[in-house]
Amino acid sequence: MARDTSYEAVMARQNEIMKKSLGMDYEQYVRGPIAFDYEAMMSGTGYTLEKIREIQREVGVGDTPLLELRNVTELVRRNAKPGYGARILVKDESCNPSGSFKDRRASVSLYHAAKMGYPGALAATSGNYGAAVASQAAMRNLGCIVVQEVYDSRHVGQPEIIEKTRKCEAFGAEVVQLTVGPELFYVALMLLEETGYFNASLYSSFGVAGIETLGVEIVEQCRQRYGKDPAYVVVTHAGGGNVTGTARGLRKAGAANTTVIGASVDLSGLHMASDRDFNRKSFTTGHTGFGVPFATWPDRTDVPKNAARPLRYLDRYVTVTQGEVFYVTEVTATVEGLERGPAGNTSLAAAIPLAAELPEDEIVVVQETEYTGAGKHPQAQLDFARRNGVEVRRGDPKENVPGKAIVIPESFSQLHVTEMSLDRMKRSYIRNAVQRNGLTEVTGDELQFLSEDTRLSPEAVQAVLSEFGVKVRG
Amino acid sequence: MSQKCGKGDWVMIHQVILEPHQRSKDVPEDTAKVPLEAWIKGWAVDSATVGEEVQITTLAGRTVKGRLVEVNPGFTHTYGPAVPELAPVGRELRTVLKEAKGRG
Repeated sequence: MARDTSYEAVMARQNEIMKKSLGMDYEQYVRGPIAFDYEAMMSGTGYTLEKIREIQREVGVGDTPLLELRNVTELVRRNAKPGYGARILVKDESCNPSGSFKDRRASVSLYHAAKMGYPGALAATSGNYGAAVASQAAMRNLGCIVVQEVYDSRHVGQPEIIEKTRKCEAFGAEVVQLTVGPELFYVALMLLEETGYFNASLYSSFGVAGIETLGVEIVEQCRQRYGKDPAYVVVTHAGGGNVTGTARGLRKAGAANTTVIGASVDLSGLHMASDRDFNRKSFTTGHTGFGVPFATWPDRTDVPKNAARPLRYLDRYVTVTQGEVFYVTEVTATVEGLERGPAGNTSLAAAIPLAAELPEDEIVVVQETEYTGAGKHPQAQLDFARRNGVEVRRGDPKENVPGKAIVIPESFSQLHVTEMSLDRMKRSYIRNAVQRNGLTEVTGDELQFLSEDTRLSPEAVQAVLSEFGVKVRG
Repeated sequence: MSQKCGKGDWVMIHQVILEPHQRSKDVPEDTAKVPLEAWIKGWAVDSATVGEEVQITTLAGRTVKGRLVEVNPGFTHTYGPAVPELAPVGRELRTVLKEAKGRG
């Protein structure tokens, strides 16, 4: 009998499809409607940090250079108060085989897929992760399908994503290019069912554990070269995996005093699933359209429990504007001789004003770069913005309006960050956790979990719960 | 551009995955009015003319049917024209750095 492939029928089979395609039973970690054993789930991969380093070295992933941005640091110091302006270092993740840190995530998933005998792997992503999965699949001679959201209903594609289609195909992967919509996951589930492929989800423990090595390498390289840990590590924040994995790695390496700062491009006001807004965005990742909803409700993804839980690890969360990131991309190319992709420079744009907060002898690490290419380049992206009715001009970046105006700073000193309230996001997370599960009361165990998942005290969680009319039992 | 493909040619097909009324209830109003569409590439199983239904074998080895839209589909995305707002940035900052060095 043919399977029912209607949207509702496939979504109803979601848990069954995931279980088969991840080879992991999440039920064993669940302790209640909200609570689950996060650390047990993370170690449920069965791979230690050492084993993951070995897997990554085998496929040429990781051990990327940590470069000092001397000219950028000099420019920061010229604008900072005397004696201030920390040294800015950047982890050149574009040196990974497919050109981004995403190879770290994909390497563990594909190792596991091969070991478990899956015929291939599938990823639903419009980002660099698709290319990473495709590259790792090629190395292990496994099949690969990448499902991407590329076009609006006029069949106009985001140049940045079209380049990612090209890259995936270059590595021999099949790409299913879709129009805008959250049904990307429905298509992915159907394909997992059809092919029996491994679900190389960005949000599985395999994917997130693969990034821990990045945090560890940063600490090792800083200690070896500068004899100290970084004061700040700035991480581009979207779905939360980058923050989670890097911060876990920093902790594992013993960098207890390093502040973890998430940075996203401000795309507030643009709807991520809107056909009209789709091509008014000039960034397709690293932005608040992912950063905020994924932090405030992580369990919205293609796995039953998300391994990426950024509120556990973020010390601060800041936003920058699209114009600032394009400007900084141009700066890095012209004064540092490093031409890298714009989206990966989100954390660098934030690191510049952040470095000015610290004395000269401190270190700020920007933990990634990504490759650049046709389409995935400031010229291509700004030209595309203009053709879609977005104004591009120089001016004060504070005048930037997502989807309407991209303002390229007139001077280096105009670069700034906007602080996001983590407390507000934590409140929003707690509200989502209880309301999405229809809870009017929670157990002490659930309270403890919410406290760990938000890094708020149990008393603070209880105060938020009572605001939403939720009681704590027992 | 050729309007016909022969068996074994590299082509692109188009499919409507969900008609507007079949879509998720969670999509915003503008998205709910349009279908969810897909474009997939592969080798044609039979000959066909653009606009006709054709089966393909994809890179992952799947057999998929859809409307033929292009034969030998390629990529035409570019670096785009120069952006006047970005072009002077490097020169501006190099001047600043030179002045800094001169003073220090």
